[in-house]
Amino acid sequence: MPAFFKSLIKDKVLWFMVLPGTLWFLIFCYLPMFGTVIAFKDFKIHRDGFFASVLNSKWVGLENFNFLFSTEDAYIITRNTILYNLALISLGLFLAVGIAITLNELVNKRTAKVYQTAMFMPYFLSWVIISFFTFSFLSVDKGILNQVVVYFGGDPISWYGDTRFWPYILIFMGIWKSIGYSSVVYLAAIAGIDKSYYEAAMIDGASKWQQIKFITLPLLKPLMVTLTILAIGGIFRSDFGLFYQIPRDSGVLYSVTNVIDTYIYRSMSTTGNLGMSTAAGLYQSIVGFIMVLVTNSIVKKISKENAIF
Amino acid sequence: MAVFKRKPKEIDNNAITPLWNVVLNIIIGIFAFTCVFPFLFVIAISFTDEKVLALNGFSLLPEKYSLAAYQFVFNTGDQLLRSFGVTLMVTVLGTLISLFLITTYAYVLSRRSFRYRNYFSFFAFFTMLFSGGMVPNYIVATQFLHLYNTIWALILPIAMNAFFILVMRTFFQTSVPDALIEAAKIDGSGEFRTFLQIVLPISLPGIATIGLFCTLGYWNDWFNALLYIDDASLVPLQAMLMRIQNNMEFVIQNSMQMGSSFEIAATLPTETVRMAMVVLATLPIALAYPFFQKYFVQGLTVGSLKE
Repeated sequence: MPAFFKSLIKDKVLWFMVLPGTLWFLIFCYLPMFGTVIAFKDFKIHRDGFFASVLNSKWVGLENFNFLFSTEDAYIITRNTILYNLALISLGLFLAVGIAITLNELVNKRTAKVYQTAMFMPYFLSWVIISFFTFSFLSVDKGILNQVVVYFGGDPISWYGDTRFWPYILIFMGIWKSIGYSSVVYLAAIAGIDKSYYEAAMIDGASKWQQIKFITLPLLKPLMVTLTILAIGGIFRSDFGLFYQIPRDSGVLYSVTNVIDTYIYRSMSTTGNLGMSTAAGLYQSIVGFIMVLVTNSIVKKISKENAIF
Repeated sequence: MAVFKRKPKEIDNNAITPLWNVVLNIIIGIFAFTCVFPFLFVIAISFTDEKVLALNGFSLLPEKYSLAAYQFVFNTGDQLLRSFGVTLMVTVLGTLISLFLITTYAYVLSRRSFRYRNYFSFFAFFTMLFSGGMVPNYIVATQFLHLYNTIWALILPIAMNAFFILVMRTFFQTSVPDALIEAAKIDGSGEFRTFLQIVLPISLPGIATIGLFCTLGYWNDWFNALLYIDDASLVPLQAMLMRIQNNMEFVIQNSMQMGSSFEIAATLPTETVRMAMVVLATLPIALAYPFFQKYFVQGLTVGSLKE
């Protein structure tokens, strides 16, 4: 490979600059990918370190996967992960675009800016802090929601012990934290639309609603499609903090709050079954990877320019 | 009586009707208010008298105010102070490391003359599509790198990610023309000097954006502490809050050496102290964020551009 060596000499500084980042990716991303082989092993920690542990563990074939899929857990966590993500993606898209268009139309730009700033705030806080916020509403004896319930003559509800409400609470919190962030992306895209389109439409007598329907939405479509593909590609992953912190790791709620990510963490930290946890992680990664490729190729068929690659 | 001259308002013929404007303002206004309300609420709770709170529950306008929670935190808050220190150090050191790694890698990807840039692009972006997962990551960090209970466990695992590189590369490509780099070369500037003295200064807005994303990431991180930190002297702020969420023991044990903690726990203003700690931990970010926001919006705009 003479071209390779020539480049090494000619671009030696660039090679030198790309090296630290490459090492980071190797160690923190590619080495763990290699580590997924322990999904097919009975993993035991060996005193000679990481490589020895991986190499010396016994192969068990698909036993870890069999074990994972023989439990009801596999079904529950897959269902929860997919349904929550579908709700978050569709509702998030609808609200983000809606809020962006509305903010753009408000007459007083200064108040619009204030709303935007307020909505952006939750994005800056961690899930830990937001879980305290949630607790101030949902606490059984002190929470403000139960005070309202009691005021209207109801019995206090044990929020952290009743599975009925959690799908709504989690979806609400997930949207609440991210909507300020995602609406800004669309707002920026709207700001980039050529004003003359609207002027021409107005002269032709188009109503506001028609302008939104025939100008704004079609021009936002590429961005909407791209971001939705990315989100669907991540449909097997979920925001660990939302599902771990907000329900306060309450065991009673696992049937409606456990997603693949929290399941992996719990089975790793409580039962210490590393082989099976890795199997769950590999299941998540492979299906996620396929999801990205499939959604991307579907989009490519429908409209080529909207595909990511 | 003075007559104020009103500036003639520009009339926008395409504006929505006043009625719609009011309706939309109310809807959006209510939602915007729910986004800041919990923060105000937690502040109110932290100033509430513990006895009143035990009797009436949380309320926005408590019957009796008290500074007891803050007094407790400031008198015995060793753990809070220490966690502040850990978080501050991780944030500063981490952001510097992240910026170094991200800018150098992204710069190489932005150089069209570099023959292998597409390979390195793929190398980075593939990690967005596929990952080893939590367990192998954990094993690599603890068994291979021995990061358990070290400050590096809070920094290294989140030092880079492909998305930031994508944003930074786009920024370099759009703000630094190739001709400028060529001109520097002709003037005898070495590759590295060009990067430091020409490319980085023009790219400051992009670097500030990514720097803020990193700062926020480190400041808010609790996940790495959950996995890798057991030693109380290394627990960062968010993880400390997470621990006191369910037991005050953590605070008591770490902040009071004398006496039986059981007795103290019985007389402690627990609920208000928790909320006071939340307020103290949130305050820096809440104060800084209107300033942050400007850059984030910029960064988002850059990031959403498809090349």
